[in-house]
Amino acid sequence: MNVIEADWLGYVQLMLEGALVTVELTVYGSIIAFFGAFILGLAKLSPWFPLRWLAIVYIEFFRGSSIFVQLFWAYFVLPLIGFPLSALATGIMVLGLNVSAYGAEVVRGAILTVPKEQWEASVALNLTKFQRMRHIILPQAIVVMLPTFSNNVIELMKASAVVSLISLADLTFQSQVIRLQTGNTLLPFAGALLIYFILSLIIVYGIRRIENKMAEGLDVVRS
Amino acid sequence: MKEHDHTGDSMNAARPKAPSPIIEVKDISKSFGSHQVLKDLSFDVQPGEKLALIGPSGSGKTTILRILMTLETIDGGVIRIDGEPLWHMEKEGQLVPANEAHLHRMRTKVGMVFQLFNLFPHKTVLDNITMAPILTKGISRSDAKARAMELLDMVGLADKATAKPAQLSGGQKQRVAIARALALQPKIMLFDEVTSALDPEIVEEVLGVMRKLAAETDMTMLLVTHEMGFAHDFADRVLFFDAGRIIEQGPPDQIFRAPQEERTQLFLRKILAAGRAI
Repeated sequence: MNVIEADWLGYVQLMLEGALVTVELTVYGSIIAFFGAFILGLAKLSPWFPLRWLAIVYIEFFRGSSIFVQLFWAYFVLPLIGFPLSALATGIMVLGLNVSAYGAEVVRGAILTVPKEQWEASVALNLTKFQRMRHIILPQAIVVMLPTFSNNVIELMKASAVVSLISLADLTFQSQVIRLQTGNTLLPFAGALLIYFILSLIIVYGIRRIENKMAEGLDVVRS
Repeated sequence: MKEHDHTGDSMNAARPKAPSPIIEVKDISKSFGSHQVLKDLSFDVQPGEKLALIGPSGSGKTTILRILMTLETIDGGVIRIDGEPLWHMEKEGQLVPANEAHLHRMRTKVGMVFQLFNLFPHKTVLDNITMAPILTKGISRSDAKARAMELLDMVGLADKATAKPAQLSGGQKQRVAIARALALQPKIMLFDEVTSALDPEIVEEVLGVMRKLAAETDMTMLLVTHEMGFAHDFADRVLFFDAGRIIEQGPPDQIFRAPQEERTQLFLRKILAAGRAI
Protein backbone atom coordinates (compact mmCIF):
# COMPACT_ATOMS: atom_id res chain seq x y z
CA MET A 1 0.00 0.00 0.00
CA ASN A 2 1.60 3.29 -1.04
CA VAL A 3 1.33 6.60 0.71
CA ILE A 4 -1.37 8.02 -1.56
CA GLU A 5 -3.75 5.13 -0.92
CA ALA A 6 -3.13 5.32 2.82
CA ASP A 7 -3.98 9.01 3.10
CA TRP A 8 -6.39 9.17 0.17
CA LEU A 9 -9.15 10.85 2.17
CA GLY A 10 -6.76 13.29 3.80
CA TYR A 11 -5.35 14.41 0.47
CA VAL A 12 -8.78 14.88 -1.07
CA GLN A 13 -9.68 17.00 1.93
CA LEU A 14 -6.51 19.03 1.42
CA MET A 15 -7.41 19.61 -2.22
CA LEU A 16 -10.94 20.69 -1.29
CA GLU A 17 -9.60 23.09 1.33
CA GLY A 18 -7.38 24.54 -1.37
CA ALA A 19 -10.34 24.76 -3.74
CA LEU A 20 -12.28 26.65 -1.06
CA VAL A 21 -9.49 29.23 -0.81
CA THR A 22 -9.53 29.53 -4.62
CA VAL A 23 -13.31 30.05 -4.51
CA GLU A 24 -12.91 32.70 -1.79
CA LEU A 25 -10.26 34.51 -3.84
CA THR A 26 -12.48 34.32 -6.93
CA VAL A 27 -15.68 35.48 -5.25
CA TYR A 28 -14.23 38.36 -3.22
CA GLY A 29 -11.78 39.31 -5.97
CA SER A 30 -14.66 39.42 -8.47
CA ILE A 31 -16.73 41.65 -6.18
CA ILE A 32 -13.84 44.14 -5.97
CA ALA A 33 -13.26 43.80 -9.74
CA PHE A 34 -16.96 44.36 -10.50
CA PHE A 35 -17.21 47.61 -8.54
CA GLY A 36 -13.74 48.69 -9.61
CA ALA A 37 -14.62 48.09 -13.26
CA PHE A 38 -17.74 50.27 -12.98
CA ILE A 39 -15.94 53.08 -11.19
CA LEU A 40 -13.06 53.05 -13.67
CA GLY A 41 -15.24 52.51 -16.75
CA LEU A 42 -17.52 55.43 -15.80
CA ALA A 43 -14.51 57.58 -14.88
CA LYS A 44 -13.07 56.94 -18.33
CA LEU A 45 -16.29 58.26 -19.87
CA SER A 46 -16.34 61.31 -17.63
CA PRO A 47 -16.28 64.73 -19.29
CA TRP A 48 -13.92 65.81 -16.49
CA PHE A 49 -10.37 65.37 -17.79
CA PRO A 50 -8.48 64.73 -14.47
CA LEU A 51 -10.87 61.86 -13.66
CA ARG A 52 -10.45 60.37 -17.13
CA TRP A 53 -6.70 60.71 -16.84
CA LEU A 54 -6.58 59.01 -13.43
CA ALA A 55 -8.63 56.11 -14.77
CA ILE A 56 -6.35 55.75 -17.80
CA VAL A 57 -3.20 55.73 -15.63
CA TYR A 58 -4.71 53.10 -13.31
CA ILE A 59 -5.90 50.87 -16.16
CA GLU A 60 -2.64 51.06 -18.10
CA PHE A 61 -0.56 50.47 -14.96
CA PHE A 62 -2.44 47.35 -13.86
CA ARG A 63 -2.70 45.95 -17.38
CA GLY A 64 0.88 46.79 -18.21
CA SER A 65 2.68 45.33 -15.17
CA SER A 66 3.06 41.74 -14.03
CA ILE A 67 0.47 40.41 -11.60
CA PHE A 68 3.29 38.43 -9.89
CA VAL A 69 5.18 41.64 -9.18
CA GLN A 70 1.98 43.41 -8.07
CA LEU A 71 1.33 40.56 -5.66
CA PHE A 72 4.88 40.49 -4.29
CA TRP A 73 4.83 44.25 -3.97
CA ALA A 74 1.56 44.23 -2.03
CA TYR A 75 2.66 41.36 0.21
CA PHE A 76 6.30 42.24 0.86
CA VAL A 77 6.59 46.01 0.29
CA LEU A 78 3.34 47.33 1.78
CA PRO A 79 4.23 46.02 5.28
CA LEU A 80 7.51 47.97 5.06
CA ILE A 81 5.54 51.20 4.74
CA GLY A 82 3.09 50.30 7.48
CA PHE A 83 0.34 48.37 5.69
CA PRO A 84 0.66 44.72 6.62
CA LEU A 85 -2.03 42.53 5.04
CA SER A 86 -2.78 38.84 5.41
CA ALA A 87 -1.93 36.63 2.45
CA LEU A 88 -5.63 36.12 1.70
CA ALA A 89 -6.44 39.83 1.85
CA THR A 90 -3.44 40.60 -0.35
CA GLY A 91 -4.51 37.99 -2.89
CA ILE A 92 -8.09 39.24 -3.01
CA MET A 93 -7.01 42.87 -3.30
CA VAL A 94 -4.43 42.32 -6.04
CA LEU A 95 -6.67 40.05 -8.09
CA GLY A 96 -9.64 42.43 -7.71
CA LEU A 97 -7.65 45.55 -8.58
CA ASN A 98 -5.92 43.84 -11.49
CA VAL A 99 -9.06 42.44 -13.11
CA SER A 100 -10.99 45.69 -12.56
CA ALA A 101 -8.56 47.31 -15.01
CA TYR A 102 -9.65 44.84 -17.70
CA GLY A 103 -13.31 45.09 -16.66
CA ALA A 104 -13.20 48.89 -16.96
CA GLU A 105 -12.79 48.63 -20.74
CA VAL A 106 -15.72 46.21 -20.85
CA VAL A 107 -17.95 48.63 -18.93
CA ARG A 108 -16.88 51.57 -21.08
CA GLY A 109 -17.32 49.67 -24.35
CA ALA A 110 -20.74 48.30 -23.37
CA ILE A 111 -22.05 51.74 -22.37
CA LEU A 112 -20.98 53.08 -25.75
CA THR A 113 -22.98 50.35 -27.53
CA VAL A 114 -26.28 51.70 -26.16
CA PRO A 115 -27.75 53.69 -29.08
CA LYS A 116 -27.59 57.47 -28.73
CA GLU A 117 -31.36 57.58 -29.28
CA GLN A 118 -31.78 55.99 -25.85
CA TRP A 119 -29.79 58.84 -24.27
CA GLU A 120 -31.82 61.39 -26.21
CA ALA A 121 -35.15 59.89 -25.17
CA SER A 122 -34.05 59.99 -21.54
CA VAL A 123 -33.00 63.65 -21.87
CA ALA A 124 -36.37 64.44 -23.48
CA LEU A 125 -38.06 62.79 -20.49
CA ASN A 126 -35.99 65.08 -18.27
CA LEU A 127 -34.21 62.34 -16.34
CA THR A 128 -31.14 63.49 -14.45
CA LYS A 129 -27.71 62.23 -15.53
CA PHE A 130 -27.74 59.69 -12.71
CA GLN A 131 -31.27 58.51 -13.54
CA ARG A 132 -30.35 58.13 -17.23
CA MET A 133 -27.41 55.93 -16.33
CA ARG A 134 -29.19 53.98 -13.61
CA HIS A 135 -32.54 53.31 -15.32
CA ILE A 136 -31.86 53.45 -19.05
CA ILE A 137 -28.23 52.96 -20.03
CA LEU A 138 -26.77 50.49 -17.51
CA PRO A 139 -29.65 47.97 -17.63
CA GLN A 140 -29.09 47.72 -21.38
CA ALA A 141 -25.29 47.90 -21.24
CA ILE A 142 -24.93 45.25 -18.55
CA VAL A 143 -26.38 42.60 -20.87
CA VAL A 144 -23.56 43.41 -23.29
CA MET A 145 -20.99 43.31 -20.47
CA LEU A 146 -21.93 39.95 -18.96
CA PRO A 147 -20.34 37.53 -21.49
CA THR A 148 -17.00 39.35 -21.21
CA PHE A 149 -17.36 39.62 -17.43
CA SER A 150 -17.72 35.85 -17.46
CA ASN A 151 -14.32 35.59 -19.19
CA ASN A 152 -12.85 38.09 -16.75
CA VAL A 153 -14.02 36.07 -13.74
CA ILE A 154 -12.55 32.88 -15.22
CA GLU A 155 -9.29 34.72 -15.88
CA LEU A 156 -9.34 35.94 -12.28
CA MET A 157 -9.89 32.43 -10.97
CA LYS A 158 -7.02 31.06 -13.06
CA ALA A 159 -4.75 33.95 -12.10
CA SER A 160 -5.54 33.22 -8.44
CA ALA A 161 -2.96 30.41 -8.68
CA VAL A 162 -0.24 33.06 -8.31
CA VAL A 163 -1.13 33.47 -4.63
CA SER A 164 0.55 30.09 -3.99
CA LEU A 165 3.78 32.09 -4.40
CA ILE A 166 3.03 34.02 -1.22
CA SER A 167 2.30 30.72 0.58
CA LEU A 168 -1.48 31.06 0.51
CA ALA A 169 -2.89 27.53 0.59
CA ASP A 170 -5.05 27.64 -2.52
CA LEU A 171 -5.75 24.79 -4.91
CA THR A 172 -2.41 25.06 -6.72
CA PHE A 173 -0.48 25.36 -3.46
CA GLN A 174 -2.15 22.26 -2.00
CA SER A 175 -1.51 20.27 -5.19
CA GLN A 176 2.15 21.13 -4.87
CA VAL A 177 2.11 20.12 -1.18
CA ILE A 178 0.58 16.75 -2.03
CA ARG A 179 3.09 16.26 -4.84
CA LEU A 180 6.00 16.96 -2.49
CA GLN A 181 4.61 14.70 0.23
CA THR A 182 3.71 11.76 -2.00
CA GLY A 183 6.10 12.06 -4.89
CA ASN A 184 3.12 11.60 -7.18
CA THR A 185 2.84 14.39 -9.73
CA LEU A 186 0.06 13.11 -11.98
CA LEU A 187 -2.82 12.77 -9.53
CA PRO A 188 -2.67 16.05 -7.58
CA PHE A 189 -2.25 18.18 -10.71
CA ALA A 190 -4.86 16.23 -12.68
CA GLY A 191 -7.21 16.78 -9.73
CA ALA A 192 -6.37 20.50 -9.70
CA LEU A 193 -7.01 20.79 -13.44
CA LEU A 194 -10.37 19.10 -13.04
CA ILE A 195 -11.41 21.31 -10.12
CA TYR A 196 -10.38 24.53 -11.95
CA PHE A 197 -12.37 23.33 -14.96
CA ILE A 198 -15.48 22.54 -12.89
CA LEU A 199 -15.27 25.95 -11.19
CA SER A 200 -15.06 27.69 -14.56
CA LEU A 201 -18.10 25.75 -15.81
CA ILE A 202 -20.04 26.93 -12.75
CA ILE A 203 -19.01 30.54 -13.47
CA VAL A 204 -20.01 30.33 -17.15
CA TYR A 205 -23.35 28.69 -16.35
CA GLY A 206 -24.15 31.10 -13.50
CA ILE A 207 -23.40 34.24 -15.48
CA ARG A 208 -25.27 32.93 -18.53
CA ARG A 209 -28.36 32.49 -16.37
CA ILE A 210 -28.11 36.08 -15.15
CA GLU A 211 -27.56 37.20 -18.75
CA ASN A 212 -30.66 35.40 -20.02
CA LYS A 213 -32.74 36.86 -17.21
CA MET A 214 -31.56 40.41 -17.92
CA ALA A 215 -31.79 40.14 -21.70
CA GLU A 216 -35.55 39.50 -21.72
CA GLY A 217 -37.07 41.82 -24.31
CA LEU A 218 -33.67 43.04 -25.48
CA ASP A 219 -32.70 40.08 -27.66
CA VAL A 220 -35.72 40.45 -29.86
CA VAL A 221 -34.87 44.09 -30.45
CA ARG A 222 -31.27 43.39 -31.33
CA SER A 223 -31.90 40.37 -33.56
CA MET B 1 -58.59 67.30 -21.16
CA LYS B 2 -58.14 69.17 -17.95
CA GLU B 3 -54.73 67.63 -17.36
CA HIS B 4 -53.24 69.85 -20.01
CA ASP B 5 -54.52 73.07 -18.60
CA HIS B 6 -51.43 74.89 -17.39
CA THR B 7 -52.95 78.14 -16.26
CA GLY B 8 -51.87 77.42 -12.70
CA ASP B 9 -48.25 78.28 -13.41
CA SER B 10 -47.29 80.63 -10.60
CA MET B 11 -44.66 82.46 -12.67
CA ASN B 12 -47.24 83.28 -15.31
CA ALA B 13 -49.75 84.39 -12.70
CA ALA B 14 -47.29 87.02 -11.47
CA ARG B 15 -46.90 88.47 -14.94
CA PRO B 16 -49.42 90.70 -16.73
CA LYS B 17 -51.71 88.65 -18.96
CA ALA B 18 -50.56 90.20 -22.26
CA PRO B 19 -50.59 87.62 -25.07
CA SER B 20 -46.92 86.76 -25.25
CA PRO B 21 -45.37 84.00 -27.34
CA ILE B 22 -44.70 80.69 -25.61
CA ILE B 23 -41.65 80.18 -27.83
CA GLU B 24 -39.44 83.02 -29.06
CA VAL B 25 -36.59 82.02 -31.35
CA LYS B 26 -34.28 84.92 -32.07
CA ASP B 27 -31.30 84.99 -34.43
CA ILE B 28 -30.39 81.36 -33.83
CA SER B 29 -27.38 80.00 -35.64
CA LYS B 30 -26.08 76.47 -35.52
CA SER B 31 -23.27 74.68 -37.35
CA PHE B 32 -22.14 71.09 -37.46
CA GLY B 33 -18.44 71.38 -38.24
CA SER B 34 -18.14 73.72 -41.21
CA HIS B 35 -21.75 73.15 -42.27
CA GLN B 36 -24.09 75.87 -41.07
CA VAL B 37 -27.53 74.33 -40.53
CA LEU B 38 -29.37 77.32 -39.10
CA LYS B 39 -28.70 80.92 -40.11
CA ASP B 40 -30.04 83.73 -37.93
CA LEU B 41 -33.32 81.91 -37.56
CA SER B 42 -36.15 83.83 -35.86
CA PHE B 43 -39.79 82.99 -35.25
CA ASP B 44 -42.41 83.11 -32.49
CA VAL B 45 -45.02 80.57 -31.50
CA GLN B 46 -48.20 81.55 -29.66
CA PRO B 47 -49.57 79.41 -26.82
CA GLY B 48 -51.76 76.64 -28.19
CA GLU B 49 -50.61 77.20 -31.74
CA LYS B 50 -50.07 74.19 -34.02
CA LEU B 51 -47.09 74.70 -36.29
CA ALA B 52 -45.98 72.54 -39.20
CA LEU B 53 -42.34 72.79 -40.25
CA ILE B 54 -41.81 71.63 -43.80
CA GLY B 55 -38.92 71.74 -46.22
CA PRO B 56 -36.28 69.62 -47.92
CA SER B 57 -34.02 67.26 -45.97
CA GLY B 58 -31.16 69.09 -44.28
CA SER B 59 -33.05 72.39 -44.22
CA GLY B 60 -32.73 72.65 -40.43
CA LYS B 61 -36.29 71.86 -39.33
CA THR B 62 -35.37 68.82 -37.23
CA THR B 63 -32.37 70.69 -35.79
CA ILE B 64 -34.59 73.44 -34.41
CA LEU B 65 -36.82 70.84 -32.69
CA ARG B 66 -33.73 69.18 -31.22
CA ILE B 67 -32.48 72.55 -29.98
CA LEU B 68 -35.85 73.23 -28.33
CA MET B 69 -35.58 69.81 -26.61
CA THR B 70 -31.99 70.72 -25.51
CA LEU B 71 -30.55 67.82 -27.51
CA GLU B 72 -28.41 70.25 -29.54
CA THR B 73 -26.72 73.39 -28.32
CA ILE B 74 -26.86 76.72 -30.15
CA ASP B 75 -23.93 78.73 -31.49
CA GLY B 76 -25.65 82.12 -31.33
CA GLY B 77 -28.95 83.81 -30.60
CA VAL B 78 -31.49 83.39 -27.82
CA ILE B 79 -34.50 81.15 -27.36
CA ARG B 80 -37.14 81.94 -24.79
CA ILE B 81 -39.78 79.53 -23.60
CA ASP B 82 -42.57 81.01 -21.51
CA GLY B 83 -40.48 84.19 -21.38
CA GLU B 84 -37.45 82.42 -19.87
CA PRO B 85 -34.25 81.88 -21.83
CA LEU B 86 -33.76 78.19 -22.69
CA TRP B 87 -30.05 77.95 -23.34
CA HIS B 88 -29.11 80.87 -21.07
CA MET B 89 -29.65 82.01 -17.52
CA GLU B 90 -30.08 85.57 -16.40
CA LYS B 91 -27.32 86.56 -14.00
CA GLU B 92 -26.99 90.17 -12.87
CA GLY B 93 -28.89 91.35 -15.92
CA GLN B 94 -26.64 89.38 -18.27
CA LEU B 95 -27.37 86.21 -20.20
CA VAL B 96 -24.88 83.48 -19.35
CA PRO B 97 -24.84 79.88 -20.65
CA ALA B 98 -27.38 77.66 -18.87
CA ASN B 99 -26.24 75.06 -16.38
CA GLU B 100 -27.71 71.55 -16.12
CA ALA B 101 -30.12 72.55 -13.32
CA HIS B 102 -31.58 75.32 -15.49
CA LEU B 103 -31.92 72.99 -18.49
CA HIS B 104 -33.56 70.42 -16.23
CA ARG B 105 -36.16 72.97 -15.14
CA MET B 106 -36.78 74.20 -18.69
CA ARG B 107 -37.24 70.67 -20.03
CA THR B 108 -40.35 70.25 -17.88
CA LYS B 109 -42.12 72.54 -20.36
CA VAL B 110 -41.25 70.55 -23.47
CA GLY B 111 -41.88 67.00 -24.67
CA MET B 112 -40.72 65.28 -27.83
CA VAL B 113 -41.74 62.32 -29.97
CA PHE B 114 -39.02 60.90 -32.19
CA GLN B 115 -38.94 59.44 -35.67
CA LEU B 116 -37.64 56.09 -34.40
CA PHE B 117 -39.88 56.02 -31.27
CA ASN B 118 -36.88 55.52 -28.92
CA LEU B 119 -38.85 53.42 -26.47
CA PHE B 120 -36.82 51.71 -23.73
CA PRO B 121 -36.63 48.06 -24.84
CA HIS B 122 -35.96 46.67 -21.35
CA LYS B 123 -39.13 48.17 -19.88
CA THR B 124 -42.78 47.31 -20.38
CA VAL B 125 -45.10 49.76 -22.12
CA LEU B 126 -46.48 50.82 -18.74
CA ASP B 127 -43.01 51.35 -17.24
CA ASN B 128 -41.96 53.34 -20.30
CA ILE B 129 -44.81 55.74 -19.56
CA THR B 130 -44.74 55.85 -15.76
CA MET B 131 -40.97 55.99 -15.21
CA ALA B 132 -40.37 59.68 -15.93
CA PRO B 133 -43.38 61.02 -13.97
CA ILE B 134 -42.34 58.91 -10.96
CA LEU B 135 -38.67 59.85 -11.16
CA THR B 136 -38.87 63.48 -12.22
CA LYS B 137 -42.12 64.68 -10.70
CA GLY B 138 -42.30 62.50 -7.61
CA ILE B 139 -45.74 61.21 -8.56
CA SER B 140 -46.77 58.05 -6.71
CA ARG B 141 -46.58 54.78 -8.58
CA SER B 142 -50.33 54.24 -8.40
CA ASP B 143 -51.17 57.75 -9.65
CA ALA B 144 -48.62 57.44 -12.45
CA LYS B 145 -50.11 54.09 -13.42
CA ALA B 146 -53.67 55.43 -13.43
CA ARG B 147 -52.61 58.35 -15.61
CA ALA B 148 -50.64 56.04 -17.93
CA MET B 149 -53.67 53.79 -18.37
CA GLU B 150 -55.78 56.83 -19.31
CA LEU B 151 -53.20 57.79 -21.90
CA LEU B 152 -52.92 54.24 -23.23
CA ASP B 153 -56.68 54.22 -23.53
CA MET B 154 -56.53 57.47 -25.48
CA VAL B 155 -54.00 56.04 -27.95
CA GLY B 156 -55.97 52.79 -28.15
CA LEU B 157 -53.40 50.53 -26.50
CA ALA B 158 -54.77 49.83 -23.03
CA ASP B 159 -54.41 46.10 -23.68
CA LYS B 160 -50.66 46.43 -24.31
CA ALA B 161 -49.66 47.81 -20.91
CA THR B 162 -47.62 44.77 -19.92
CA ALA B 163 -46.06 44.18 -23.35
CA LYS B 164 -42.41 44.93 -24.10
CA PRO B 165 -41.75 47.32 -27.02
CA ALA B 166 -40.34 44.46 -29.11
CA GLN B 167 -43.80 42.90 -29.13
CA LEU B 168 -45.42 45.97 -30.73
CA SER B 169 -45.77 47.09 -34.34
CA GLY B 170 -44.18 50.39 -35.46
CA GLY B 171 -47.47 52.25 -35.26
CA GLN B 172 -48.14 50.91 -31.77
CA LYS B 173 -44.62 51.86 -30.65
CA GLN B 174 -45.14 55.40 -31.86
CA ARG B 175 -48.48 55.67 -30.07
CA VAL B 176 -46.80 54.51 -26.86
CA ALA B 177 -44.06 57.10 -27.43
CA ILE B 178 -46.74 59.80 -27.74
CA ALA B 179 -48.38 58.61 -24.51
CA ARG B 180 -44.98 58.58 -22.79
CA ALA B 181 -44.28 62.20 -23.75
CA LEU B 182 -47.79 63.27 -22.73
CA ALA B 183 -47.45 61.67 -19.30
CA LEU B 184 -45.16 64.53 -18.26
CA GLN B 185 -47.83 67.06 -19.25
CA PRO B 186 -45.57 69.41 -21.21
CA LYS B 187 -46.84 72.74 -22.48
CA ILE B 188 -45.09 72.22 -25.79
CA MET B 189 -44.95 69.00 -27.79
CA LEU B 190 -42.44 68.46 -30.57
CA PHE B 191 -43.12 65.80 -33.22
CA ASP B 192 -40.09 64.95 -35.33
CA GLU B 193 -41.12 63.10 -38.49
CA VAL B 194 -43.13 60.73 -36.34
CA THR B 195 -44.57 58.78 -39.27
CA SER B 196 -41.48 58.63 -41.50
CA ALA B 197 -40.36 55.22 -40.21
CA LEU B 198 -43.81 53.65 -40.54
CA ASP B 199 -45.35 51.59 -43.31
CA PRO B 200 -47.85 53.68 -45.28
CA GLU B 201 -50.85 51.65 -44.14
CA ILE B 202 -50.16 52.32 -40.45
CA VAL B 203 -49.31 56.02 -40.74
CA GLU B 204 -52.97 56.88 -40.27
CA GLU B 205 -53.22 55.23 -36.83
CA VAL B 206 -50.56 57.63 -35.51
CA LEU B 207 -51.96 60.65 -37.34
CA GLY B 208 -55.38 59.83 -35.87
CA VAL B 209 -53.97 60.08 -32.35
CA MET B 210 -52.33 63.40 -33.17
CA ARG B 211 -55.57 64.81 -34.65
CA LYS B 212 -57.35 63.83 -31.46
CA LEU B 213 -54.64 65.46 -29.39
CA ALA B 214 -54.79 68.67 -31.42
CA ALA B 215 -58.57 68.80 -31.09
CA GLU B 216 -58.80 67.97 -27.40
CA THR B 217 -55.87 69.85 -25.85
CA ASP B 218 -54.53 73.37 -25.76
CA MET B 219 -50.94 72.21 -26.03
CA THR B 220 -48.58 74.06 -28.33
CA MET B 221 -47.40 71.65 -31.01
CA LEU B 222 -44.53 71.80 -33.47
CA LEU B 223 -44.54 69.19 -36.15
CA VAL B 224 -41.79 68.35 -38.64
CA THR B 225 -43.35 66.27 -41.38
CA HIS B 226 -43.37 65.18 -44.98
CA GLU B 227 -47.08 64.36 -44.76
CA MET B 228 -48.33 67.49 -46.49
CA GLY B 229 -52.00 66.53 -46.31
CA PHE B 230 -51.76 66.10 -42.57
CA ALA B 231 -49.74 69.32 -42.17
CA HIS B 232 -52.48 71.17 -44.05
CA ASP B 233 -55.27 69.86 -41.81
CA PHE B 234 -53.33 69.95 -38.54
CA ALA B 235 -51.47 73.23 -38.54
CA ASP B 236 -52.57 76.79 -37.82
CA ARG B 237 -49.40 78.00 -39.51
CA VAL B 238 -46.86 76.41 -41.84
CA LEU B 239 -43.16 77.33 -41.89
CA PHE B 240 -41.26 76.42 -45.03
CA PHE B 241 -37.55 75.90 -44.33
CA ASP B 242 -34.71 75.82 -46.81
CA ALA B 243 -30.95 75.98 -46.17
CA GLY B 244 -31.35 76.91 -42.50
CA ARG B 245 -33.80 79.76 -43.03
CA ILE B 246 -37.56 80.24 -43.07
CA ILE B 247 -38.29 81.08 -46.67
CA GLU B 248 -42.02 81.48 -46.32
CA GLN B 249 -44.67 81.12 -43.64
CA GLY B 250 -48.41 81.51 -43.39
CA PRO B 251 -51.72 79.68 -42.99
CA PRO B 252 -51.77 76.21 -44.56
CA ASP B 253 -54.09 77.25 -47.39
CA GLN B 254 -51.76 80.04 -48.41
CA ILE B 255 -48.57 77.93 -48.28
CA PHE B 256 -50.02 74.86 -49.98
CA ARG B 257 -52.43 76.48 -52.46
CA ALA B 258 -50.72 79.76 -53.28
CA PRO B 259 -47.06 79.74 -52.26
CA GLN B 260 -45.34 83.03 -53.06
CA GLU B 261 -41.70 81.98 -53.06
CA GLU B 262 -40.18 80.08 -55.94
CA ARG B 263 -38.37 77.64 -53.62
CA THR B 264 -41.62 76.77 -51.85
CA GLN B 265 -43.33 76.19 -55.19
CA LEU B 266 -40.48 73.98 -56.38
CA PHE B 267 -40.47 71.95 -53.15
CA LEU B 268 -44.23 71.41 -53.22
CA ARG B 269 -44.12 70.41 -56.90
CA LYS B 270 -41.48 67.79 -56.07
CA ILE B 271 -43.49 66.50 -53.12
CA LEU B 272 -46.64 66.30 -55.28
CA ALA B 273 -44.68 64.44 -57.93
CA ALA B 274 -43.56 62.01 -55.21
CA GLY B 275 -47.22 61.25 -54.56
CA ARG B 276 -47.75 63.00 -51.24
CA ALA B 277 -50.99 64.74 -52.19
CA ILE B 278 -52.28 67.68 -50.17
